[in-house]
Amino acid sequence: MTRQFGRRKFLLYGSATLGTSILLKACAGGTTTGTGSESPAADASPADSPAAAAGGDTIKVGILHSLSGTMAISEKSVVDSTELAIEEINKAGGLLGKQIEAVKEDGASDWPTFAEKARKLIDEDQVVVIFGCWTSASRKAVLPVFEEKNHMLFYPVQYEGQECSKNIFYTGAAPNQQIEPSVDWLLEEKGKDFYLVGSDYVFPRTANTIIKAQLEAKGGKTVGEDYLPLGSTEVTPIIAKIRSALPNGGVIYNTLNGDSNVAFFKQLQGAGLTPDRYPVMSVSIAEEEVKAIGTEFLKGHFAAWNYFMTVESPENQKYVEAFKAKFGDDRVTNDPMEAAYISVNIWKQAVEKAGEAGTPSSLEKVREAAYSQEFAAPGGPVTMNTNHHISKTVRIGEVRDDGLFEIVYETPAPVDPIPWNQFVADTKGFTCDWTRTGVDNPGKFKES
Amino acid sequence: MFTGLLDGIFNGLSVGSVLLLAALGLAIVFGLMGVINMAHGELMMLGAYTTFVVQNGFKKLGDPWLQFYIFFAVIAAFIVAALVGLALERGVIRYLYGRPLETLLATWGVSLILQQFVRSVNWVMIIGLVLFCLLFFGGLWLLQRRLDFERIRNWGIAILLPLSVAISLVIGSILSNAYGLAVTKPWFGAQNVDVTAPKWLLGGLPLGNYQLPYTRMFIMVLTVLCVLGIYWFLNKTPWGLRIRSVTQNRNMSACLGIPTKKVDALTFALGSGLAGIAGCAVSLLGSVGPNTGQNYIVNTFMVVVVGGVGKLVGTIVGALAIGITDYIIGTGILALLFAPIPPLANFFTFFATTSMAKVMVFFLIVVFLQFRPAGLFPQKGRAVDA
Repeated sequence: MTRQFGRRKFLLYGSATLGTSILLKACAGGTTTGTGSESPAADASPADSPAAAAGGDTIKVGILHSLSGTMAISEKSVVDSTELAIEEINKAGGLLGKQIEAVKEDGASDWPTFAEKARKLIDEDQVVVIFGCWTSASRKAVLPVFEEKNHMLFYPVQYEGQECSKNIFYTGAAPNQQIEPSVDWLLEEKGKDFYLVGSDYVFPRTANTIIKAQLEAKGGKTVGEDYLPLGSTEVTPIIAKIRSALPNGGVIYNTLNGDSNVAFFKQLQGAGLTPDRYPVMSVSIAEEEVKAIGTEFLKGHFAAWNYFMTVESPENQKYVEAFKAKFGDDRVTNDPMEAAYISVNIWKQAVEKAGEAGTPSSLEKVREAAYSQEFAAPGGPVTMNTNHHISKTVRIGEVRDDGLFEIVYETPAPVDPIPWNQFVADTKGFTCDWTRTGVDNPGKFKES
Repeated sequence: MFTGLLDGIFNGLSVGSVLLLAALGLAIVFGLMGVINMAHGELMMLGAYTTFVVQNGFKKLGDPWLQFYIFFAVIAAFIVAALVGLALERGVIRYLYGRPLETLLATWGVSLILQQFVRSVNWVMIIGLVLFCLLFFGGLWLLQRRLDFERIRNWGIAILLPLSVAISLVIGSILSNAYGLAVTKPWFGAQNVDVTAPKWLLGGLPLGNYQLPYTRMFIMVLTVLCVLGIYWFLNKTPWGLRIRSVTQNRNMSACLGIPTKKVDALTFALGSGLAGIAGCAVSLLGSVGPNTGQNYIVNTFMVVVVGGVGKLVGTIVGALAIGITDYIIGTGILALLFAPIPPLANFFTFFATTSMAKVMVFFLIVVFLQFRPAGLFPQKGRAVDA
């Protein structure tokens, strides 16, 4: 850049840039609507169609998930299921006579981005409820935003518990609805020696604290635990440690999340740790992940969830068929997707009962109406409790040849959620009940 | 005891060989050319995606072929990554030689572009891009034949650029309206794709109680072949000689008639191609996604810096040393060794998890660089091209 950058050149380049950018912007806008109307998703969904929006009278809801980055593998399908539920409601005449309009935001697998986008959805888009988040880290990142704005989040993923916010409804499993029954089942069926492997963030660490306490209480033994940075694929040291800690086989309890799972199972098989001697129980691997990791690496391993695609019930048949019709025959449904479906429906019922969807600053009526809402979910009947968690059935599945799960265990009735863990000394004895009055913090108090 | 030792050596070497393979290309680009290429990880990612594409192609061919797709994938990954590297050098980096900071920022930008590219690439996008290149560069080429090209050059660009952008955008949107999802569906999408090793690479070689995974052995062999290949290329071929001479003294080489620009392009393409091979190898171990490369970029730079910039042997020793240290600390072997001395044992037990082992390795590297700032094998002799 030794030449003079004269005024004339500046004008020339400047106007060229300006012209191009305006053109690009115009075209970009055009293409988005263009592609939007072709995709079968938007075509069938009145929520996205201009006609509904033109009516003016819509209820705006937010969807906040990672559509890019390391968590996109899991979260994309939850978005699909949420959209399916919204579309079904819209097709059936909408909610209180209005169409539901979904505003989608990408959290990009980056926790501060989640907080930023949540703020944007609440402040700019004025949504009355947000369905979203997958990792506990992202939920912890948005929690202060929801508490500050006194807003409402439906969180569809199983998590480590030890939280009970007034502003979040947890439609995934609490530990006593996933981790604890699966540990009990493993102790009974598979052995007493456990090796705990997890990604290095809040869910696996808390989950493993609970598992260790539970094993101690029930006569099992933790022979080792290890954490992998999120996204890391070098699992050789972990596998070597598992082998030396469990020379004759034992249970591996896996709370890895995202890409690391692929590396873990691929290399586990390469190292000859087969499911007959080293059964792995996973809590973050569902049908969708099995497909991405490859069935040949996972066959014979176990997963604990509240819902599997193979659940036999008329509700599930209807749900799976509707999902496949909308998103393609090769798609599968899984637990967080079902939880997202439940979220939308419980919220809908609550809004109907309250008689209004509320405004971003006053959601109290909807919140109160949500308590004790019942819904016949694909995975069996569920009930929203006053501790903001739902009662649901617990199941354990074994991966079969076709990548789906053979259900090997199922609780006879829905299990009530316990958000504050009773195995961990710090939270023993605490409960949560947001209808209680006369206690300092209804989210965490001791019954006296 | 024997198997334990074997286990340690094998695993340490296999961790190290993945690092080495990933760092080899960078050692050439960063070490020999002095270009800080932040897009190195993304070139690996492109190699991994190429493996995925080749795998799917061979799936259609049927079984006997499918078993050997990996060899074709290695070659294809090398070619694809090398071509992208060549385009990168010609389009961006050659304007930035001798300016490390700008190179760093520019290549980082390129890495973001490549990541987003694999997420959203579809037929419309490819057609649009090709059309744009044809119109724009073709138009420029036509203009060049006019006598008064220098005078109208800027005007030409100012008119051609928006015009070709507009034409390709319009054609793109017409295509997407006409054919719908068939052309607008992303090839790969934001989700990760699944590369499965051929059957003979699944499982491992049983050694008593222990099993050596075949994929790891494959990667080690591949690494050895790549290292030998690079040594042979740099030391025994005319172009290798030219590369070395340009590295040592660019001006003198230019005076002696060596086409330094061609050498630069070739060296960069070679380094990028090696990144492609590394991508193909890591796709056997983990998942393939837009972020695959980012998991490796920091480690690879670490290897090159520890090994000493400008020396291949440094990279080799550095990679293996880091791999073995990482493994030894991560598995807690040291904690067992120091079991009789409780404070030391506690200290090492604390670091005996995978994430804490990383912290320890980083710390050791920082300490090491305090004493040997130029790495294990510093470049000796008079100043290389400044």
